[in-house]
Amino acid sequence: MPDTHLTAAFLPLLDSVLLVLAQEKGFAAEEGLDLHLVRETSWANIRDRAAIGHFDIAQMLAPMPLAASLGLTPIATPTIAPVVLGLGNNAITVSAHLWKAMADQGAPGDLAAGPAGAALARVIAASPRKLRFGVVHQTSSHNYELRYWLAASGIMPDRDIEIVVLPPPLLPDALGTGGIDGYCVGEPWNSIGVATRGAHIATVKASIWQSSPDKVIGMRTAWAEKHPDLVSSVIRAIYRAGIWCSDPTNHAEAARIMAAPTYLDASSEIVSRALTGRFDIGGGSIRLVPDHFVPHAGAANFPWKSHALWYYSQMVRWGQVVASPANAAIAAACFRPDLYRIALAPIGAATPVADYKTDGAHPAPRTIPSHDGALTMGPDLFFDGRVYDPDALDTYIASQRHAV
Amino acid sequence: MPGPELSILIIDENRIRASIIEDGLREAGHSLVAVIHDVNEVARSIQSILPDVIVIDLENPKRDTLEHFFSLSRSIQRPIAMFVDRSDGAMIEKAVEAGVSAYVVDGLRKERVKPILDMAISRFNAFSRLTRELEQARSELEDRKLIEQAKGILMRTRNLSEADAYALLRSTAMNQNRRMVDIAQSLVTAAAMLGP
Repeated sequence: MPDTHLTAAFLPLLDSVLLVLAQEKGFAAEEGLDLHLVRETSWANIRDRAAIGHFDIAQMLAPMPLAASLGLTPIATPTIAPVVLGLGNNAITVSAHLWKAMADQGAPGDLAAGPAGAALARVIAASPRKLRFGVVHQTSSHNYELRYWLAASGIMPDRDIEIVVLPPPLLPDALGTGGIDGYCVGEPWNSIGVATRGAHIATVKASIWQSSPDKVIGMRTAWAEKHPDLVSSVIRAIYRAGIWCSDPTNHAEAARIMAAPTYLDASSEIVSRALTGRFDIGGGSIRLVPDHFVPHAGAANFPWKSHALWYYSQMVRWGQVVASPANAAIAAACFRPDLYRIALAPIGAATPVADYKTDGAHPAPRTIPSHDGALTMGPDLFFDGRVYDPDALDTYIASQRHAV
Repeated sequence: MPGPELSILIIDENRIRASIIEDGLREAGHSLVAVIHDVNEVARSIQSILPDVIVIDLENPKRDTLEHFFSLSRSIQRPIAMFVDRSDGAMIEKAVEAGVSAYVVDGLRKERVKPILDMAISRFNAFSRLTRELEQARSELEDRKLIEQAKGILMRTRNLSEADAYALLRSTAMNQNRRMVDIAQSLVTAAAMLGP
């Protein structure tokens, strides 16, 4: 039987790696899929072209299917995420100038979100002008992570600091020319800022919220309903790519593949930093972040409905959507653990029994109930010690409304 | 024209294409047309332009930035929707195919905006055609130069007449089932490696 061609869009970011490996390493072919990978120039384009059907599937920011399904986007189209492209991968990078000011205010340079945020708060309190930070899209994990970090550090986004939107590849240049003072983005664009613009990585997603999801495979709900077998094939191909990518002996090859001009168009040494977790965070200072990007371990590809609801809680927090039981239901319905389990059952892969989990309460690895074998989850703390219990969503949202 | 005249903003880093669209809109009787080449300028000028319709190149990487400016803008408090009407699938398809993205102030009647978008789409398509034709002409010129070079090499090294050199290139290409320009390219590369 000839392979089924699927058009799949991605942005030049390290966390497109599982999509790329699915094609390059034959995991898609094993499923009878031939992925036509299209590198896009903006999240807006991925959003719009996926909505009108130019792309069958696409790398998306985890909140994007929610935004499309909640009608926040220009071409509102019900969209789902049946598989996650890994945990982590983002960082917050600041200019050399701002880092010096933060270090003077006691930032220890160990990537820990708490002390770095406290130092930034002191810099902002003393700054004669409003600092400006860049994120990649309005309904992006980056926007919510940056805001969460700032707010929990006593900095009120929009009032104390300006947040602007730029596509990932333009952020290092914007930092270098003084247009922005810092940014939150996925790799390799933090390391490129360090290498080319003398920037400094202040903290990482893995420190703000451990084991948190970032990119997903998004697809129109209507398309998924029409092609359930293709959906299962995509999930399995991504899952197997995740296993391959999590093997340290494959990191060098994965970095070489991703470094190609058609994908990231960057040096494989820079690309490899996110895979190995060994970072030059600025000025040659090396830090190890073993959980910086997690492509497989800890059910990294499982779309937790509770995670969809966490992004929904942040959309509410920052005034993008009105809190209502109906909206919460739409948000939770965007993540599809049911489709994930259906796809993986035939290959005997371990999948969580639950659709929801509490985050922020587990400082150490733990096993969770699962189908087909044991699942060990990584720690899932928020840096400010808060607990997110999806069963108490309204309380969580209300508590954040009064914060800062 | 029913209703007050629409203010149209064109955002395009490609100055030639921007002026082609601007001309088209002016010819169609629109006088409130502003052109901006960098999305960053929008933040400064949006208050004075107060656009009803915004046309931007779909490949512009700063579309996310533009949408963010809209959300901050006090002058465009009403939400901005892409394209005329979410239900108009054919129009959306045509626009995206052409590489046009458009934002329209909510509440504008479809009949008023459709001709503007039709114009933008057809001018985008015309520009792409023009670019393709230019590219083709340029590569044909490059091909001819390569073949001339290869002919020269054969004439010098094998002491052939121009006509014989050309015939040799052509017969080699035919025998190997390759294009003449590819044979010429191989010959020029090889000659460069072998030295004078």
